[in-house]
Amino acid sequence: MTEQVTDWQPTATLAALRQRAELLARLRRYFAGQGVLEVETPLLSSAGIPDPHIPSFTTTPGPDGEASRYLNTSPEFAMKRLLAAGSGPIFQVCKAFRRGEQGKYHNPEFTLLEWYRPGFDHLRLMDEVDVLVRQLAEGHRSLGCSEKLSYQACFQRYLEIDPFNVDVSMLKSCAQVQGLGEVAGLSVADKDTWLDLLMSHCVQPHLGKEGPVFVYDYPASQAALARIRPVEPPVAERFELFIDGIELANGFHELQDAHEQRERFEADLVRRQVEKLEPVALDERLLRALSAGLPACAGVALGLDRLQLVLTDCSHIRDALAFPYERS
Amino acid sequence: MANYATNEFKNGLKVMVDNDPCSMIDVDMVKPGKGQAFTRVKLRNLISGRVVERTYKSGESLPGADVMDTDMQYLYNDGEFWYFMHPETFEQVAADAAAVGDQHKWLKEQDMCEVTTWNERPIAVTTPNFVELRITETDPGLKGDTAQGGIKPATLETGAMVRVPLFIETDEMIKVDTRSGEYVGRVKS
Repeated sequence: MTEQVTDWQPTATLAALRQRAELLARLRRYFAGQGVLEVETPLLSSAGIPDPHIPSFTTTPGPDGEASRYLNTSPEFAMKRLLAAGSGPIFQVCKAFRRGEQGKYHNPEFTLLEWYRPGFDHLRLMDEVDVLVRQLAEGHRSLGCSEKLSYQACFQRYLEIDPFNVDVSMLKSCAQVQGLGEVAGLSVADKDTWLDLLMSHCVQPHLGKEGPVFVYDYPASQAALARIRPVEPPVAERFELFIDGIELANGFHELQDAHEQRERFEADLVRRQVEKLEPVALDERLLRALSAGLPACAGVALGLDRLQLVLTDCSHIRDALAFPYERS
Repeated sequence: MANYATNEFKNGLKVMVDNDPCSMIDVDMVKPGKGQAFTRVKLRNLISGRVVERTYKSGESLPGADVMDTDMQYLYNDGEFWYFMHPETFEQVAADAAAVGDQHKWLKEQDMCEVTTWNERPIAVTTPNFVELRITETDPGLKGDTAQGGIKPATLETGAMVRVPLFIETDEMIKVDTRSGEYVGRVKS
């Protein structure tokens, strides 16, 4: 049969669809048991995310001058507004959309589990992620011991360099030693781009071979929405979870300071301008919520499609999706 | 030719890399949730056949290669070039030994095959997966030996040597798999 004749069919097996339903039921049971409230927030938002590495889908402007909207790339901003309104611990399972992200482990439309814990820092939230992932893995896969590694320790272990104490030329020669050769477009790249290259190509494939690996305390320049701990050198209180070399979750000890948040957004807008990307409408409601007071909290987003892949030994994200982007 | 950005990369896309036309055979996105995206591509160099792996920062682009696959009829070989004709336009192209490679041994005059051109210059020739060719020379057949047993060499009208069952005779037509160079069966005349 030709591709066209069969492209109405799902790419996930019916067994995979049942596994998904079971994962959702289990995680809801877990959060209910913990007293974490399930919430829903808009997928269509009037404000976007200025991070130049996260491309949004937008709707076309409507008749009567209705402005275009952004499909959310994560429910983070809206959930923080709920936290500032006194929601207490909350979680959400929702679709998130990122334009152009398609590959073995990427689908432009994907499912996120995101949750926030007032009173937790990133280290304590890492422990809870570990507990939940193990509960979700039961009956599917037996996970080895978890390991926690600082970003610095990862680079020292796998590349024998200190990411906080190198310059671009050292990162360049490290990439060469690692056999990455010439990478198009990196001639004028900044240090973070080189760190991203080495992290994603040379460190990440080693992470989570035995059991879950949590990488924490990122360079301050990669803080995103995490607070920065003013040690020397300063670090971003951020973590990621890896299993089988696949990034599954990203969490922050959340930045509470509205002023600093605005400065980071504005720095992102400048970087967008430099990279000739469309400007993005800042989320003023989020900034007002931070000004009103976000409780000290940690939050994390976990990719459910990918988690299902690693728990059920599938190799392509389409195996966990009824209809991937090319069939949607 | 157009330029193709990393988000347009896909298997089969023909692009120019290091001044040679290449075909993408594997494309994957490497992207941290926060941070720079990269596209890793495996490319087959259409001139040398070699496979190289490259990494591109997202948003980079590559010039397209003017590469076309066209079904053409093989006409003749003049000792240096192999000549092919477009069946509708009757336009002719000449392919050199580098382009024809080892496919020459399956090329029979009048037969159709796929000619890959780059800037209208032939760079590769692909014969059909199965061709039917006459045996010009082989040892006399052994009657009754149709079930199993031995094989023997046979020379085909194109000059190719294949191994055939003992019962096959000179002047018989046989079907050959050009990918493996193996005998598939007799062609009933």
